[in-house]
Amino acid sequence: MTATQERPADEVEREIGRDRRRKEDQRLITGRTRWTDNITLPGMLHLAMVRSPFAHATITSIDTTAAKASTNVVAVLTGADFGDELGVCINAWAITTDQVTPTHSPMPSDRVSFAGEIVAVVVARTAAEARDAAELVDVEYDELPAALDLKQAAADEVLAHPDLGTNKSALWVFDSGEAGTGGNVEDAIAKARTDGIVIEREYRQQRLIPAFMEPRSVVVDPTGEQNTMWSATQIPHIVRFALAATTGVPESKIRVVAPDVGGGFGGKLQVTPEEWIAWAVGRRLGKPVKYTETRSESLLSAHHGRDQWQKLTLAAEKDGSVTGFKVELLADLGAYVAIVGGGVPVLGAFMFNSIYKFPAYHFACQTVLTNKTWTDAYRGAGRPEATYAIERIMDELAAEVGVDPLAIREKNWITHEEFPFTTVAGLEYDSGNYEAATARAKEMFGYDELRAEQMARRASGDTVQLGIGVSTFTEMCGLAPSRVLGQLNYGAGGWEHASVRMLATGKVEVITGASAHGQGHETAFSQIVADRLGVAFDDVEVLHGDTQVSHKGLDTYGSRSLVVGGEALVRAVDKVIEKARPIAAHLLEASVDDLEYSGGRFSVKGTDQGLAIGEIATAVFTAHNLPDDVEPSIDAEATYDPINFNYPHGTHLCAMEVDTETGAVKMRKYVCCDDIGNIINPLIVAGQVHGGLVQGIAQALWEEAVYDDAGTLVSGSFVDYLLPTAADTISFDVDHTTSPSTTNTLGTKGVGEAGTIASTPAVVNAVVDAVRHLGVNDIQMPCTPERVWKAINGPGSGGATEGAAMPHFESGGAAGNQEQPGTSSTEGAGA
Amino acid sequence: MIPAAFDYVAPTSVEAALAALAQYGDEAKIIAGGQSLLPVLRMRLNAPEWIIDLGKIESLRGIRDDGDAIVIGAMTPHSVVGSDSLVAEHAALISKAVEHLADAQVRHRGTFGGALAHADPAGDLGAPALALGAQFVIAGSGGTRTVAADDFFVDLFETAIGEDEILTEVRIPKHTGWGACYEKFVRVAHQWPIVAVAATVKVDGGTISEARVGLTNMGSTPLRARAVEEALAGQSLSEDVVRAAAEKAADGANPPSDLNGDADYRRHLATVLTRRAVVAATGG
Repeated sequence: MTATQERPADEVEREIGRDRRRKEDQRLITGRTRWTDNITLPGMLHLAMVRSPFAHATITSIDTTAAKASTNVVAVLTGADFGDELGVCINAWAITTDQVTPTHSPMPSDRVSFAGEIVAVVVARTAAEARDAAELVDVEYDELPAALDLKQAAADEVLAHPDLGTNKSALWVFDSGEAGTGGNVEDAIAKARTDGIVIEREYRQQRLIPAFMEPRSVVVDPTGEQNTMWSATQIPHIVRFALAATTGVPESKIRVVAPDVGGGFGGKLQVTPEEWIAWAVGRRLGKPVKYTETRSESLLSAHHGRDQWQKLTLAAEKDGSVTGFKVELLADLGAYVAIVGGGVPVLGAFMFNSIYKFPAYHFACQTVLTNKTWTDAYRGAGRPEATYAIERIMDELAAEVGVDPLAIREKNWITHEEFPFTTVAGLEYDSGNYEAATARAKEMFGYDELRAEQMARRASGDTVQLGIGVSTFTEMCGLAPSRVLGQLNYGAGGWEHASVRMLATGKVEVITGASAHGQGHETAFSQIVADRLGVAFDDVEVLHGDTQVSHKGLDTYGSRSLVVGGEALVRAVDKVIEKARPIAAHLLEASVDDLEYSGGRFSVKGTDQGLAIGEIATAVFTAHNLPDDVEPSIDAEATYDPINFNYPHGTHLCAMEVDTETGAVKMRKYVCCDDIGNIINPLIVAGQVHGGLVQGIAQALWEEAVYDDAGTLVSGSFVDYLLPTAADTISFDVDHTTSPSTTNTLGTKGVGEAGTIASTPAVVNAVVDAVRHLGVNDIQMPCTPERVWKAINGPGSGGATEGAAMPHFESGGAAGNQEQPGTSSTEGAGA
Repeated sequence: MIPAAFDYVAPTSVEAALAALAQYGDEAKIIAGGQSLLPVLRMRLNAPEWIIDLGKIESLRGIRDDGDAIVIGAMTPHSVVGSDSLVAEHAALISKAVEHLADAQVRHRGTFGGALAHADPAGDLGAPALALGAQFVIAGSGGTRTVAADDFFVDLFETAIGEDEILTEVRIPKHTGWGACYEKFVRVAHQWPIVAVAATVKVDGGTISEARVGLTNMGSTPLRARAVEEALAGQSLSEDVVRAAAEKAADGANPPSDLNGDADYRRHLATVLTRRAVVAATGG
């Protein structure tokens, strides 16, 4: 009767917990799928952007004559050619009511505020012709002094936006004394100065580039009643809202589609100038347009991440019991306050106390505008910074007290009997077991043996020293309870939506408001539905990312898809079953009370009579024989607003070898035991953990966006922005302990950011540990061989990265207006 | 990214290639594998009118034994050079350097002569070629000439190859029985070396009869560490001798400063890497 595979209850293999291969991978990996750049529409025109080479300059003139005369050029447009229809790029989170927020035009007509900002757009019949003509746009600039260095910018010596009168955007403060969640941190520090320990450090979170694999791409089709935008974005729903809010086009006239999206890591959690320009140009010309960025453009102008100075003061008793922690941050916003913007460091504000029972806590973050690429979310967003700071300084405390780093953590952490636990930052942690995760990690690591080897190498003065790094992290994820976001002045809620469509053939369409860009939603969500509804895994289709199909949603970021979106899905499935129940009773001529639902089937208790959910779906489709007053539909939807954040945790242990002669570092062993609650798909979790670890390790060792004194991005290609490959990493030992979350039905916790959040301090702690006996107590990230060697051989943490890129490509004379990134000099400023 | 438009010609003989070069002159760029030129074109750092592709000239490919030298055709891919038994036997230093040159894809596309003619001082082949005293055979309209390695590298991206000339083959004097090591220092595997040291050493009965040491990325061209070579020659092999000699590795070098390290750090690296390379090349 139906095409559904029936699954009698006694033969059902549970889908949740199975290591299903990802159903989406075949097409994603081969590329034979709907990447935005694969989309070609009839009559489509192509865009190329003209970008400022200067960090800060007045635009004095733009001559488009030659470009307009170039072959097959349809139009060349500048900011002055548009009015309000160009809209603005929004900041959705003013972290204080008096936040200073420069207007962010997608294409300013008067002044550029960072190198890479768009000043003109060329429209041509092919992408090559658009690119050729872009070389011919003649822009004259008057250079202005640029605010580049974060600390100097905070002193307002040079203004990134002269009209604002200051670079200081917002000062966000949390104080446990004032909030009533703890004591006064100044009292704790004062007391510790007399009879305890005070550790003061300043750590640098270098600027990073998300470096997603698929460059950003956007296609706009202005024909039809609804204008459609396809974009390689994490946030189609938010893009739609922001387009409506800023361009004057009614929301109902806008459809935004995130087709297959090749990675984001927060880097596609943005409303971008490129999207807004493509929208305006397409509508202006009445023709479909496409823009796909080059890798160089992506590194230069897609938002960057991190970039903070962290001033830390930790107060403790002599035995290592922490009595207070004070955090003062400077955070570089770049040229504009991006969509989350200053909210990124604020997301870390509640996490500097981490897994510990600190009696007093103070956090202050000053966000600062500079003439560099704008910054925003990057995998972990705020929480890696917090975890780095606390886990680095706990190691310093251990060194000061003279005990093992794990012992100092155990002395201060929340024990498993104490959950649920309300922290000094005011969050209630629902579940966790730090003792169990740590014990398992130590066992896997061979902790005692490696410590013994470390001692032996120190004793023998081995050229290669060994260090052991610890990171016992937790994070808040599953963004987010809407009322909490409201208290934080965020511009939207944190709910998620799901719907379930029961098709006539017994197949199931599931629509989620989360927007996958590589995570494996199709597979994991199919497993959840298969189990909950009792249908076959292959009978479930997961749809997402198209506002016409998925009309409600808040998209994917902050490890929220499973814990928020998954819970919405569970609730929608439960509604389907409840809607089907009276129909099943009617068809089976039984009482509703006599039915039980299991394995995809309603059965009449005590009989062999029953009906599969697929059969009911067919009966609903024909609607020939339904109970009175029952609508012919068992489709259902649910919107779920989480009641709390979600607190995965874990213990990460890293062993690093340091070649003291060269400063070279080499990973010897990496072990992690993460407690992420119940696991839906272990294979997807392993992928998230491995990828996350590499991304966090890369911050510790390799990645850094560097600007020169003129505000040029020196690390503007993958020659100089060092991403690791498989050749640079080792096999990680990954395991899990399980403390199910108590705040969602499935007992799940987020995993998308865990590896990135935890691994960075584990690696740096290990590097520092390897050479601490040589008088080193910090090495600035990334821990380059040069920095490590300098730290061993002199005072300080190795200094800032300076100098130009290594030139490997000879620049010719006829290269047009595009400067080679970072080849202004081979004799670096740091020489 | 999309390069600017260019015209393309792929001659099948050196003579035809030279004719094309003579015809298009300044407007032309030679492509010899494209592992450096294509990024330049795609990033629009250069926009030649003509691309002359040497890839279809069969006579430029291959490796042969020529008595006291082995001869490597300019268009021989790195992967072929790296797996060639003649090279391994008589110029082991080249084999060692090619082993970790860029990545597998580049090694299959990039060519021996193309990389040397590009003359990136951070390229992996210059220092070994210099250390081995390679001879560069260059064809021009007036015939061929041979240039010694010491005269081949002129400056950053600049060699003795004239604008109307083509590098056709590289003759490597046989160093049969010499130990060799290419000590390359990188932060990630696919990176150009921050510094690398190419050492090949002949040891007879515990005495270093001769040593050749080349330096990668320690100046605007590949360099010979002659002070090291002189300090090693004729000495009995010992750790102290090698250590003392290696201290002279950066003598006369003028290394760059960039994101991966300043000049002083590079000088220091050169001494450590030289010591290690020589030790390894002498079987240590």
